[in-house]
Amino acid sequence: MAGATDLPPKGGFSYDNCARNAMLVEKGLKMPGFLKTGTTIVGLVFQDGVVLGADTRATEGPIVADKNCEKIHYMAPNIYCCGAGTAADTEAVTDMVSSQLQLHRYATGRESRVVTSLTLLKSHLFSYQGHVSAALVLGGVDVTGPHLHTVYPHGSTDTLPFATMGSGSLAAMSVFESKYKEGLTREEGIQLVAEAIRGGIFNDLGSGSNVDVCVITKGKTEYLRNHQLPNPRTYVSSKGYNFTKGQTVVLSTKITQLKPKVEVTEGDAMEE
Amino acid sequence: MARFEAYENNGGTCVAVAGADYCVVAADTRLSVGYSILSRDSSKIAHLADKCVLASSGFQGDVKALQRNLAAKELLYEHNHNKKMSCPAMAQLLSNTLYYKRFFPYYAFNVLGGLDSEGKGCVFTYDAVGSYERTGYSAQGTGAALMMPVLDNQLKSPSPLLLPARDAVTPLSQSDAVDLVKDVFASATERDIYTGDKLEIVVINSAGSHREFIELRKD
Amino acid sequence: MRFGSDSDQDPWQQPMDGSHASGSKAVADGPGTQRTQYPYVTGSSIIALKYKDGVIMASDTGASYGSTLRYKSVERIKAVGKHSLIGASGEFSDFQEILRYLDELTLSDHMWDDGNSLGPKEVHSYLTRVMYNRRNKFDPLWNSLVIGGVKKGPKGEEKYLGMVNMIGTHFEENHIATGFGNHMAIPILRTEWREDMTFEEAVKLVEKCLLVLLYRDRSSINKFQIAKITTEGATIYPPYSLKTYWGFAAFENPAQGAVGSW
Repeated sequence: MAGATDLPPKGGFSYDNCARNAMLVEKGLKMPGFLKTGTTIVGLVFQDGVVLGADTRATEGPIVADKNCEKIHYMAPNIYCCGAGTAADTEAVTDMVSSQLQLHRYATGRESRVVTSLTLLKSHLFSYQGHVSAALVLGGVDVTGPHLHTVYPHGSTDTLPFATMGSGSLAAMSVFESKYKEGLTREEGIQLVAEAIRGGIFNDLGSGSNVDVCVITKGKTEYLRNHQLPNPRTYVSSKGYNFTKGQTVVLSTKITQLKPKVEVTEGDAMEE
Repeated sequence: MARFEAYENNGGTCVAVAGADYCVVAADTRLSVGYSILSRDSSKIAHLADKCVLASSGFQGDVKALQRNLAAKELLYEHNHNKKMSCPAMAQLLSNTLYYKRFFPYYAFNVLGGLDSEGKGCVFTYDAVGSYERTGYSAQGTGAALMMPVLDNQLKSPSPLLLPARDAVTPLSQSDAVDLVKDVFASATERDIYTGDKLEIVVINSAGSHREFIELRKD
Repeated sequence: MRFGSDSDQDPWQQPMDGSHASGSKAVADGPGTQRTQYPYVTGSSIIALKYKDGVIMASDTGASYGSTLRYKSVERIKAVGKHSLIGASGEFSDFQEILRYLDELTLSDHMWDDGNSLGPKEVHSYLTRVMYNRRNKFDPLWNSLVIGGVKKGPKGEEKYLGMVNMIGTHFEENHIATGFGNHMAIPILRTEWREDMTFEEAVKLVEKCLLVLLYRDRSSINKFQIAKITTEGATIYPPYSLKTYWGFAAFENPAQGAVGSW
């Protein structure tokens, strides 16, 4: 007698692998570590738009994996998104949504809205129940004005005048909480965002290297890659190095010749 | 519920390089825990005797207790024997002190540098429970895995298996060794998040000892 | 009639004895041993920094019972002897026990009547040993302590500011913040602190930090105490509140910018 449970599932997600993974981890399986952007990302709303900011350090545990990575991702010409968490997840989720936005623009012929990207992001993240580790600061200017949101890995969102995310979020937030005002000018906005990012860079070990900034106003987006470079190398040896050959002993040598060039003498040349 | 953890790792890296008639001991001054920097200017180096300097990283509470303990023992030795402790003697004392706490260890990674009784540079390197070895150079701490291959390449000493034993000291001049130490620290600071802020360098030679600082990245 | 025996010693006659743990939070782990505890009533951040004439220290006056704000008017900053201030985050009863140790220490030091007195450096050194020894017994005092002070030394008036945590990690710094303050006040202090700040400037800076913590640390309350220590001695000011601002337009109607989102 076939019970109702024997019927094939009719849709929705299967979390069988999640349960299996949890069981394996409990039994002592070590899951591989992923590249995390232990990060400082921020954003604020100013007079006539939105400024986003990010540091450029990517870490793998205690090691700096990339000293100058990009954490401000393109969503649409008028919308950008800063990502913290697992690097692959932040990149994949922003790429997926930006392609959906592009298709939507082709279909409608209208500029993308920030809420649209917000909804696409959160519905994707919510459906993965936090297993897609992307913590985002989403900002842009659309027909309804400037918007700034944060998106958490489980899919909850927030609408804020200023926002921070990542391991350096507290350091950056301390700057915003003590200095943010409404109606900042463009220059003041960029300056405050850069100061917040520097707060993360210098006080949070998960963040470091350079300051990236993105300014979005009505009809114009400026991506200021490496806006500030506050961490030059402090010492370079005047001598340079010799890495002498012969550190590894050569036991035997065999040289294999590449096949000689073949020339075709008969037949016509291929048509263009 | 908060749980009591008896240890924490406060990070940092220690290096020592021995030459024919000198020894360089260096460590960064960053004190951190988790993703936070507690202090940018906290020394890991203890000058235990005339010709004997210890650099230690790990859990700072244990490091300070260990260094004070050794300094006190050295003082007693001075009073008992009317001379300063030699570096090899301190090396054995450090090993014994670490092993004494075998089952509640000092979470400290030590590099001891100085001059031996013949005035030759010496470096001793340890694990947390007292296993030790005399070498020509060594690195310990969070950045050690980044620095050691470079030191191996630049200072490659004769195999310890060779008979008769050959000198382990490095062929570099004192200034070249100091330059190398500065450079490996600047490099490790680029890639190890727990190493940075400032570098403290102590050089010991027949003329006495000399201390200098250089800045490292603060991010 | 009984003669003095082990059993009738007052517990506070040997305050360093780990066989009796403070409060009721010690867990018995077999006969005769006291083991790991956990905090009950806890205080939040302490902010402290050196300024032109001495050291300023500040905190709120709250103490939480778990996540409940249970006490709203406790002093977490106290004077020690003539030259020092101590501030504490963490378990409040352990802090009170530490104050008893310090009372005893300063009293026995005073009784030598030799004109010497313990300065902040000595108090800090003592506390580092107390904290480290208790962690070695796996019976820690669940606090982060900040010690500030001014005392005449060989180089004239010397300012001192140091901290020690529950397992004995300790250091000196120009500015210190414990607990949540380590994450949110230190970034501000590192960029804005100067050695030659006046008291008024120092108060402004400290208030800026306290306000940020009030906004962002859920266990903080809007009732603060500031204390200073100079060559004139310690002054602990009465508690007061700070003015908060919640008027940002985006706070008025958060959904306004996200209609169409869920």
